[in-house]
Amino acid sequence: MCLAVPGLLIEVNGIIGKVDFGDGTIRKVNLALLEKAKPGDYVLVHAGYAIQVVPEEYVRETIELWRKVISLEDFAK
Amino acid sequence: MFRFRDKSTANKILEKIKDLNIKAKFMNVCGTHQDTIVRYSLDTLLEPYGIELVAGPGCPICVTTSREYMEAMVLAARGKIITTYGDAARVRIRGRSLLTLRGDGADIRIVYSIDDAVEIAKMNPNRDVVFLAVGFETTAPSTAYTILSDPPRNFYILNCHRRIPPAIEALLSLGEVKIDGFIDPGHVSTIIGLEPYERIVSRFPIPHVISGFEPLDVLVSVYMLARQVKRGEAKVENEYSRAVRREGNPRALKLIEEVFEYTDLEWRGLSRVENSGMRLKRKYEDRDARLVFQDELKLLEEYSEPKGCRCSEVLRGLAKPRECPLFSITCTPLNPIGPCMVSVEGACYIEYKHRRV
Ligand code: SF4
Repeated sequence: MCLAVPGLLIEVNGIIGKVDFGDGTIRKVNLALLEKAKPGDYVLVHAGYAIQVVPEEYVRETIELWRKVISLEDFAK
Repeated sequence: MFRFRDKSTANKILEKIKDLNIKAKFMNVCGTHQDTIVRYSLDTLLEPYGIELVAGPGCPICVTTSREYMEAMVLAARGKIITTYGDAARVRIRGRSLLTLRGDGADIRIVYSIDDAVEIAKMNPNRDVVFLAVGFETTAPSTAYTILSDPPRNFYILNCHRRIPPAIEALLSLGEVKIDGFIDPGHVSTIIGLEPYERIVSRFPIPHVISGFEPLDVLVSVYMLARQVKRGEAKVENEYSRAVRREGNPRALKLIEEVFEYTDLEWRGLSRVENSGMRLKRKYEDRDARLVFQDELKLLEEYSEPKGCRCSEVLRGLAKPRECPLFSITCTPLNPIGPCMVSVEGACYIEYKHRRV
C-alpha cells in the first residue's frame, strides 16, 4: 500500500505520464501531485500517482552519505 | 539506478554499529521497511550487536478496523459496486471478505489506482460506485485530487485514510514498549516532510531517522539512530534525502488540507487516536459514502475480532508474528485469520513469506 516504485518518466501528456519501471512494465501514471515533471525524470509512483521526483544527482548524494558513514572514524565518537 | 545492495558495504556498516556498543530497540512504522528487514534478515544480523528491530502500526490494511471493512461489505450486499486495492478485499471478518462476497453476487472490483475506480463509475452511470479508500498520507492526496476533479455523481468514498504521526505519538504515550528510536516511513515522509516528526521529538525526545527501502538504506538508518543514542541526542535525520524534502510535497499537502479535516479515529491495535483520521470536509459530504448511505449502514451487524489472533499486539510492537500460536498453523496467506497475514505489508505475511521454516 505504501509501497512506491521508482520509474523513468518517458512521456508527459497533461497530467498523465507514461512511466517505464525497467522490467518491461510501462504504465500510465497520474502526475497531478507533482509541481513539475518532464520526460527523463525519475519518479516515485504509489497507487497510480507519482508522489515525488527523484533527481539523479540526489541518488548520488545518498551513495555519498553511505560512503561517509562507513569511512569517517569520528562518526562513532 | 537503485543498486543499493552491496554486501561489503553492509558488513562495514554492521561493524560500525557493533563499535557503538549500545543496546536499543528501534521501531519501524512501514510495511515496506518490515519487508526489507525480514527479506534480508537485517533483524537477525543486528541482534548480536544489541539492536532489536520491531514492527509497529505501519500496515494500512492492518490498522483499518473490522468495522470499516464491514461497512464496505454491507454496501456491497446492498448492490453497490465496491472498488478497492487488492489486499483490502481479502481481509476476513467472521470468515467473510469482500472477495468471498463475490460468490453471493456482490460486485467487487480490484483497482490499481483510484483513477480506475472513477473509470468504473463513468462506465456504470446507473450504479453507485464506492471506493474503499484505505491508506496513509501517501495515498490520501490521490483521493483528495479525485474529489476535486469532479468525478461522476455516482462516485463515493468510504474513507479510511489515516495519519501516521498521531499513531507514533499514541504509541509513545501508551509507553507499553520502550522504544529507543523510530525508523520513519520513507514514502509517507515524501508527502509530509520532516516537521511532523520534529513536533513529536519535542514531546517525546527520542531519535528519528527517515529511511529509504533498500537494505543499505535501512542499515545506514539504524546506524544513524544508534549514533544518536550513543551521543544522547534526539533529533530527526533524513537518510532518504533522494526522495524526501524537508517541506514534503507541498502540492499534495495542499490537496489534503483542502479536502480533509482531522478527526479522532479508531485503529486496530490502538483504539481511538486523537486527530489521526481524515474526514471529508462538509462541502464534500455528498461524496461521503458514510453519510449518503447512512440508513443502509445501520444494518451493520455485530462483529467480533478473530479468536486468538494477536494482530492488535503485533501492531503495537508487543508481539512478534511467531509468538502467535496460530501463525503458520491455522493462519497462512491462503487462509489468513487476521489482516496482518493478508496484506503484503502485514508483519505476519512478511514473516511467513520470507522465513516460514
Ligand atoms: S499469525 Fe494470523 S492470527 Fe496470528 S496475529 Fe498474525 S494474522 Fe493474527
